[in-house]
Amino acid sequence: MGGISMEPMLQGRGLGKVFGAHQALAGVDIDLFPGEVHALLGENGAGKSTLIKILTGAYQPDSGAVVLEGAEVAFRDPLQAQAAGIGTVYQEVNLVPNLSVAENLYLGHQPMRWGMLNKRAMHDGAREILAGYGLEIDVRAELGSFSVAVQQIVAIARAVKLSGKVLVLDEPTASLDRAEVESLFEVIAKLKARGLAVVFITHFLDQVFAIADRVTVLRNGKLVSTQAISGLSRTDVVRMMLGKDVVFAHSPVTEIGASGPALAEFKGLGRKGSVAPFDLTLHQGEVVGVAGLLGSGRTEMARLMFGVDLADTGSISLGGPLTLRSPRQAVAAGMGFCPEDRKVDGIFGELSVRENIVIALQAKLGWFKALSRDEQDDIAGRFAEALDIRAADHNMPVKLLSGGNQQKVILARWMAIDPKLLILDEPTRGIDVGAHAEIVRTINRLREDGLALLVISSELDEVVAYSSRVVVMRDRAMVAELKGADIAPQVIVQAIAAQEAP
Amino acid sequence: MNRSLRPLAATAVIFILAYAAAAFQFPTLVSTRVLGNFLTDNAFLGITAVGMTFVILSGGIDLSVGAVIGFTGVFVAVMISWGGYHPAVAFAIALAVSAAFGAAMGAAIHWLKVPSFIVTLAGMFLARGAASVISADSIPINHEIYDWISQAYWKMPGGGRLSMIGGVMVLVFVLGALLAHRTRFGANVYALGGNAHSAELMGVPIGRTTILIYTLSSTLAGLSGIVFSLYTQAGYSLSAVGVELDAIGAVVIGGTLLTGGYGFVAGTFIGVMLMGLVQTYIIFDGTLSSWWTKIVIGVLLFMFILLQRLVFRAQAARA
Repeated sequence: MGGISMEPMLQGRGLGKVFGAHQALAGVDIDLFPGEVHALLGENGAGKSTLIKILTGAYQPDSGAVVLEGAEVAFRDPLQAQAAGIGTVYQEVNLVPNLSVAENLYLGHQPMRWGMLNKRAMHDGAREILAGYGLEIDVRAELGSFSVAVQQIVAIARAVKLSGKVLVLDEPTASLDRAEVESLFEVIAKLKARGLAVVFITHFLDQVFAIADRVTVLRNGKLVSTQAISGLSRTDVVRMMLGKDVVFAHSPVTEIGASGPALAEFKGLGRKGSVAPFDLTLHQGEVVGVAGLLGSGRTEMARLMFGVDLADTGSISLGGPLTLRSPRQAVAAGMGFCPEDRKVDGIFGELSVRENIVIALQAKLGWFKALSRDEQDDIAGRFAEALDIRAADHNMPVKLLSGGNQQKVILARWMAIDPKLLILDEPTRGIDVGAHAEIVRTINRLREDGLALLVISSELDEVVAYSSRVVVMRDRAMVAELKGADIAPQVIVQAIAAQEAP
Repeated sequence: MNRSLRPLAATAVIFILAYAAAAFQFPTLVSTRVLGNFLTDNAFLGITAVGMTFVILSGGIDLSVGAVIGFTGVFVAVMISWGGYHPAVAFAIALAVSAAFGAAMGAAIHWLKVPSFIVTLAGMFLARGAASVISADSIPINHEIYDWISQAYWKMPGGGRLSMIGGVMVLVFVLGALLAHRTRFGANVYALGGNAHSAELMGVPIGRTTILIYTLSSTLAGLSGIVFSLYTQAGYSLSAVGVELDAIGAVVIGGTLLTGGYGFVAGTFIGVMLMGLVQTYIIFDGTLSSWWTKIVIGVLLFMFILLQRLVFRAQAARA
């Protein structure tokens, strides 16, 4: 951290960005100093990517300013930002796989001689550049023939070559193994020593503590805090990310307990590289909350349970033994799943509310028992009323509804098939804060109706409000199961943040 | 071996084997005389195929080239025979018109975000229709320059004649290869075919490159139309129907991946020669219907698509 006394290389001052009615970023300040690694943390929807896109010119801020080396700048696009010195490397490598390594490094800036590409100079230059990163490979070979880790380093080399002041790494380690992460960290350390400001986005706390000098935490589009890593514990960081103060009143829901008989049993269910084998039993009329940071394996767990991903170990019993090969079988067995990103995986935006509600029921009935229009209207009307879906008309496209109402349409869809077990992944994500309470109420009502629910959420106060048990995921494994008085935000935060077992 | 070289090598090997087999049966095939005819007879196809190579490398397709050849032939014939213009003037204007036509298609593909298939299909109808509107009949061209050019040749060792139009094709291939492999434009074309989104993030001027690619393809089709009119001494609106498909066939047989990003201009040359060889063989044989050419080319195409799949799947499995 030698350079902290200097001027900041890049500053964001009071940055704000609005998408439609949604305030994605509000009044965020950030300073990046030369020679520091600055970790940017936050759950999904916290505003990380919006902030990064503003700093790298992909978005223009609605309020606030970007200041590069003391001068205010307004980038039209990422290329301008790159030319000014701000380079970005994304999680999925944004290079061209069919060109050679050297061509990727030099695309658009190739050395020329007599109006033609000077391939020899290009190859020599590429070899020299990559040697600086400890990479000795055939630079004439196709980029696509190398591992993601190598491609990532080539992408970093290109960004540094073209920019050279600020390097933004957006989840660079997501698809790397441990050894590859190590060598990436060596590269980052070298760049830091050369005086670059490095912004590092990741979900892995271990990595933050291993490499970062300072952390900035965002939550719900607002700046929580920027602090030197040396003064922080893992618990502090998790608490900042989840927005929990330890002083938190305990809610009265624990009375429910495991009331009904066991409904579904998952034994040793696991998938290599996705989730370590876990045991979980769900009872009728109970809500099991799943807590954990993004990337902890919580979504992967739900996908295994619903048959989206195939488990390689373990067994399921749900009214008899069940082997899941596809979600269709899960639906047939009485399960429903509301995925995390409903825009991508859940809602058919162009279809009407009615069509969205009946689609799972129709699929379950098969193509030969088509529901008549009257039946459809009846079903849609009944569930829309039961779940209080506010749409002017059941024939309007779902995409015109608010986030909360869209979520309720998906819930209604699964309610229509009369499920026994419902899995909800982040049901309140991307919904106005006001509508959160309604979703929570709906979850409670479903529980009272005798359903078993598994609810994944980063909103700890909500998890605490409806769960009779909470399982905690960390590093792609189930690490704790909390009951009764242990269902409290501070206990959950501790469980999430606990040091990895050696 | 670099995986993009493998289909090229396969094409070369197949060409050599086919040529050897054909030569074994008809020893007279091995002469510069036959080679000279090869180049002359396939000149218009070869020139078109060079442009098509760029289009396919970038991940697109150009269905309008055959119609542009027909249009250019009629346009040039009308200007010379009816308008009395000097062929050089007619050529210059014809090339300018086809270049503008290609640029317009490229602009539509880029700015309207319409697939190249649809845009160039529309271009095909437009050009073919325009040619027929100008004249539905074949227009003969009688001009001393035409006689001179079509008779000009360079005598190769062995008595073969490299005609002017054969020479033009060879020159286009050489320049095309340089453009593809030795210029920034060429690198951009490959990048576009590899991953257009990444290419854009890396600063490749997507719009300009797309427009230039289709301009190049149409201009070469225009040149091909001129060559065709020199070859036939006439302009006819229904000439070169289906040449776009022959050109696509030659490009794919030459080892260029239809999805873009991989391939060589030299491969297209071998592809054109291989198609020419099949045709020549069938003429030499004398008993086979000329439609057998189509069947053999169909089989070859299918083989190459299969081969590319295998090569690239094997690579993907290893990576």
